Amino acid sequence: MSWWPVLALCAGAYGFKVLGLAIGGRLDSGAAERWHLEILVVPILAALIAVQSFSTGHRLVLDARAAALLVAAFLVWRRAPFVVVALAAAATAAVLRLLA
Amino acid sequence: MSSTLRGLWFMISGMVTTDAPAANELTAAQRAPARSTDRDQVLRNALSIALATALYAVSFGVLSVAAGFSVAQTCVMSVVTFTGASQFTFVSVIGSGAGPVAALAPALLLAARNSLYGISLRSVLTGSVAKRALLAQGVIDETTAMAHAQPEPAAKRRAFELTAVLLFFGWNVGTLAGALAGQGLGNPKDLGLDAMFPAVFVALLAPQLRNADARRAALAGGLVALALVSFVPAGLPIIAAGLVAVPFLVAANRCGDGGLGSGT
Repeated sequence: MSWWPVLALCAGAYGFKVLGLAIGGRLDSGAAERWHLEILVVPILAALIAVQSFSTGHRLVLDARAAALLVAAFLVWRRAPFVVVALAAAATAAVLRLLA
Repeated sequence: MSSTLRGLWFMISGMVTTDAPAANELTAAQRAPARSTDRDQVLRNALSIALATALYAVSFGVLSVAAGFSVAQTCVMSVVTFTGASQFTFVSVIGSGAGPVAALAPALLLAARNSLYGISLRSVLTGSVAKRALLAQGVIDETTAMAHAQPEPAAKRRAFELTAVLLFFGWNVGTLAGALAGQGLGNPKDLGLDAMFPAVFVALLAPQLRNADARRAALAGGLVALALVSFVPAGLPIIAAGLVAVPFLVAANRCGDGGLGSGT
C-alpha cells in the first residue's frame, strides 16, 4: 500500500480539527456562550450511534448490535461505569453471534 | 494516602461502581450530582473510555493490516489522524477492494464533524497558537462530549485534556497491539468489538440530554442519519445530523437561557 493515501488522510483529519478551532477563534466569546454551542455534539453523537448500530454500508440492518445497544442503554440508565457498559455491549454481540 | 495510591484507588473503584465513595473529601455542595462536577468521576470516566478505546483500537489494528496497510502505516494513521470512525471507514473501504480516493471521501467527510466540535469548544480551548495547534489534535467525539458534560470552562478544559491524553495513549497502544497480532486474534466481530463504539457513545451522550431541546436534537440527529444512510455517501449522514443542531442553537439564543447549561 502506498503512503500517499495515509498521509492525505492524516493531513485532512488534522486540517478539519484546526479549521474548527480557527473558526471558533473568530467568534466573539460572549456570543459563543449565549449560543450554547455545546448542543452541536448531541445530534452528531446520536447519528454516530444510530449509523454504527443499525446500518452496514448503505443498508439498514437489525442485528446483534441492536441488542448490544439496548444492553448499553440500560446500563447507562443504571449509571454503570463506562467500561462495564462497553464490555457488556461487546459480550452481548459476541454471544448472540455465537448462537446465531 | 499518597496521591499515587489514591489515583490507583480511583482507577480500581472506577471499574467497580460509579457511586464509589471516592468523593468523601468533597462537601455536598461540591458534588451537584446532575452537573457532574466530581473531579474524580471525570478521571474514572476518562480511564474507562481509554480502556474501552484501547480494545476497540486493537480491532482497528487488525482490520488495517488485513486491508493491506503496513504496521508503520497503521500506527502513523492512529497517531496523526487520531479519529476512530474515519480510520475504520478508510481501512474498511480499502479492504473491500476500492481505490484510495473512494476511501478518502467518506473518511474525510466523517472527519469534518471535528470542525463542528472545534467551534463548540471555542471558550474551552484557549491559549497561544502553538498551544491550540496541539489541543486541536485532541478534538474528537469523546473529548468534546466529556468537556461539555462539565458545567464551566475550567472543568471543561480539564475533562478535555484528561480524556485526550488517556485516550491518545489507549488508542495508539491498542492499534500497535492489533497491527502486530494481525489476524492471529481472529475476527474482531466475533468478540463483539464493533458493538463497543456505539455503547461508549451512549454513555457519552446520556449526560448531555439534560433538557428537552437536547433530547429532541438527539432524536432528530439519529433519525436524519438513518433516513439518509441508504442514499448518500458514507459520512454525509453524520454531517447532516450536525446541521440538525442549528435550529436549536437559534432557539437557545433567543430565549437566552434555554441551552444545555440550564437543566429543566
